[in-house]
This record gives sequence, C-alpha cells and structure tokens, in this order.
Amino acid sequence: MSDTITIKGIREGLLVSVTDAGEWSEAARALLTRIDQTVEFFRGGRLALDVGARPIPAAELGRLRDLLSERGVSLSTVLSDSPLTTHAAQALGLKVALVAAAPPSIQARVDAETDPEEAREDAVLVRRTVRSGRSVRHTGHVVVLGDVNPGAEIVAGGDILVWGRLRGVAHAGAPATALPGAAADGDEAATVCALDLAPTQLRIARHIATSPARKGTPQPEMARVKDGRIVAERWSPKK
Amino acid sequence: MIQSSNGRVTTSANGASQPAAHQPERERTMAGKVITVTSGKGGVGKTTTTANLAVALAAGGHKVVCLDADIGLRNLDVVMGLENRIVYDLVDVVEGRARLRQAMIKDKRLPELYLIPAAQTRDKSAVSPSDMIKLCNDLRGEVDYILVDSPAGIERGFRNAVAPADQVLIVTNPEVSAVRDADRIVGLLEAEEKGPGHLIINRLKPEMVKRGDMLSTDDVLDILAIPLIGVVPEDEGILVSTNRGAPAAMDEKSRAGQAFRDIARRLRGEDVPFMPLDDNKGFWQKLAARFTRSG
Repeated sequence: MSDTITIKGIREGLLVSVTDAGEWSEAARALLTRIDQTVEFFRGGRLALDVGARPIPAAELGRLRDLLSERGVSLSTVLSDSPLTTHAAQALGLKVALVAAAPPSIQARVDAETDPEEAREDAVLVRRTVRSGRSVRHTGHVVVLGDVNPGAEIVAGGDILVWGRLRGVAHAGAPATALPGAAADGDEAATVCALDLAPTQLRIARHIATSPARKGTPQPEMARVKDGRIVAERWSPKK
Repeated sequence: MIQSSNGRVTTSANGASQPAAHQPERERTMAGKVITVTSGKGGVGKTTTTANLAVALAAGGHKVVCLDADIGLRNLDVVMGLENRIVYDLVDVVEGRARLRQAMIKDKRLPELYLIPAAQTRDKSAVSPSDMIKLCNDLRGEVDYILVDSPAGIERGFRNAVAPADQVLIVTNPEVSAVRDADRIVGLLEAEEKGPGHLIINRLKPEMVKRGDMLSTDDVLDILAIPLIGVVPEDEGILVSTNRGAPAAMDEKSRAGQAFRDIARRLRGEDVPFMPLDDNKGFWQKLAARFTRSG
C-alpha cells in the first residue's frame, strides 16, 4: 500500500502522488487510510494530488474532497494527464497546476511555445454551457459549444469561438501575465467569435472593451483588434 | 423528470443535461425521496419554499420530514411554528445523543409532517456530507419525502445539504444577482453529478414584468436553461404566515400557497399546467380581477 503513495513537501503544502495504474477506489481508500494513520501530520494541511493518467469523474473527486475535508485536510490541486480528471477538477473549482513547478502536461505546452504556430494549433472543445463561477483557461484556442453565462470567464492564448451566447468575460490572445504559459505579450491577432456576442467584458491581448447596449436581434459577430481598439463586426454570408 | 405541458420547460439548450442523480449503493427499504432546496443567494425564499412544499405534500397524504441543514442559523422551525417544541436537533442525532425518532418534531396540524431542526449553537462543520447521507438513508425507510433546507452559499453547508439529494430544487428571484448565484449552483450541481436541478422562480411580480422592470420567467430560463417546476407570485401574505409560523400552503385562499401546492403536485409526478403569469397578460389581468373579486 505505502509504495503506491508517495508524499513530499512542496511550497504549497503536500504533494501526494498516486500514480500507479491500480483501481481509483482502492487508491483513494489507501490514501485515506494513510491519512487516518497520521492524522496529526495532515490536519490543517493543503494537499496537491497527482493521480497520473487515471480518468476520475467529478463526483468521485468531490467525494474525496469531502472525505479529506472531514479529516481537516483541504484538497487544493489535482494534477492529471487525463482530460476528464482535469475538467472534473476545474468544475469543482480545484487548481490543476502547481504555481511553483508546472506539471508535465503544462510544461510541454510551454516548451511548444517556442514554436508559436504549433502552440496555436492546440484547442480545447467545451461541450456544455459554462456557468457563473467557472473559468476555462487554455494556452491554445477555446471552442465552446453552448453559452458562456455572466460570471463565467474564458481565457485563451489563441482564439475564442462560442457557438452560443457569450455573456461572461472573454480574454483571447491573453499574455503570460494573465495566462501562465502563454506568449509574453499575448496575441494581438486573436479573435473572439460568438453567435451572440454580448460579453460583460472583452479582452484581446492587452486591450479591454465592454459591449455596447444591445439593439435588435443578436447576430453572429467577430471581434478583433483594429488600429489599437477592439472592434466587433457582423458575420455575414456574403463576403 | 418533471416537464410542464406548455413546452416551455427544456433541458439545457445545448443538450448538456445530465441524467437524474442515482446512487446505486444506497439501500432502499421504502421509496423515501430526498429533495434538497437550495439557491446560492440568501433571502430568496429557500426556507419558505421548504416549509410550504412540506405542508403541501403532507396535506396530500404523504409522510414528510423536513431537515434544517442551516446549522447555526436555523429558521425552518420558526417558519413552521415549531420552535418551542425543540428538544433534540440534527447534530444531537449525528453525534449520537438522540435517536432519529426523538429529534423528529411532529406537527400537530398535519398528521404526517415532521421537522428535524438544526442546532443553533453549532456551525456547519458539526456535520459532514457523509453524516447527511447516512441520516437521510435512515429516514428513507420511515417517510415518503425528506425535504432538506440548505443554507445560502456554496461551502460546507451547501455540500452537506446536497450530498444526500435525489432531486435538487433551486430557488431564485427574478433579479440579476439571484439568477447569477443560481447559475453558479447549477454548475456546481452538474459537477457533483446531481443533475441540473429544477427551478422555482419565487416572488415574481407580474405587473413589474409587464412594465419591463423585472426579469420575466423566460428571461430567467434563458440564462439558466434548466427545467422549471414552479413560479410563485409575490404575496404579502407570505410574510404574515411566516411570522405566524403557519405556512401559506395551509391557506386555501393564498396565491403563493396555491403555487406551492402546484409545485408539490408536480413533485409527485402530476402534470399540472402552469399559470401563465407574465406571458399572457390578458389572462393574468382576468385572473387578477378574479382575485380582487373573491378577496
């Protein structure tokens, strides 16, 4: 049991790695048993959990977080190579990267940044409505199949495309200050497109704009930086 | 899943609705159903809704227990008029000082209505999500419906209240901040695989909607895109009944009480048409006129 779990101290608290290929339920049980054995050591601690390539659904992660919090341990971060697990962690409001040392997946993206074209090829597809309080952050492009509601935010190193209503905050071509791993100055050529472009606030690279008051029926629009300002233009089939 | 007959109710527009919550590992001796009432924002009417739905379900012949999960800020006992009969509370049961039956306060007005009050002198950390799941599983064998009144917020208290839920009702008011918080709750419920939940729009004022000064039912559904299970009109009588400890659903003449009774019937699986409050103004005016006459 103890050889499947490694624990080391990091700047943000404790990093617990459960990266072997065994069943998640057993790994979770082993982790809790380990914590129960030395409650005093763990109590009040912040935990970053590296689960390797395991796909873990949000409900399972939520359950573990609750079980940990009953033991006075707060789960702050979940590191994983599995997109399912990463999305689940984000949905629960957990961090998916360490600030001090980026996990391998993120590190790979930073390396790819040396070839900007290659990095921009990379896109994530979010196939659901992004609701208030959720944040989708990605160094490549972000495509949302659904709405982006007020109170939600999308931050992308590349373009943002919303097949739905964009009413939250969107930041395309975000610079590294807003999105670690992105290009240092961001990307002025990035665009934001939506079937209904009515964001609370729109940012491209270092430019910021708000939406003008809505008039008429919504039409697909694309926003880009022109002469140092963000402008939105209607998309029309002829052109 | 409850759907209205007028077709206005849809699951989320992009098809991202989730299957209803199911907990395979639970033992079920009786089909006791756990329904959690939550909102994110405070003061939108969670406790009033819980009390009224409990009364309406109990009046319909079901055995109902209300559980106040707002530990440290209990209110449900006051709204139900049972404050002076509390001996044991939820925390006493969880910590083993009282048996479940001892903490169930029987409402004398309705034969099958019970309340398990929250502890007032403790806080949310006194109870864990697994305590709530265990408590509700014990209650499932005893009653038909377990209504859990959630505290405001998205922290431990919320997670406690939602953990045992088979169905979640999200209460909101037709105002931007309440809808924003409800949207956050829906996102959290989806992440916890507790379904998108069902929406109750509380304190709607049809006249204000008509003037364009208040969000309409459609405006709210436009953002939240989850199934609607009820719209409760603003009713001054609610304040009176809340202070008296006699939920409005007990009053045959109350407009809000009628809306809560309709929601209770929909919870039982009946297909009850929605009163078209703000969509069909002509109808509403007729209805208003009727109320004025009868009142």
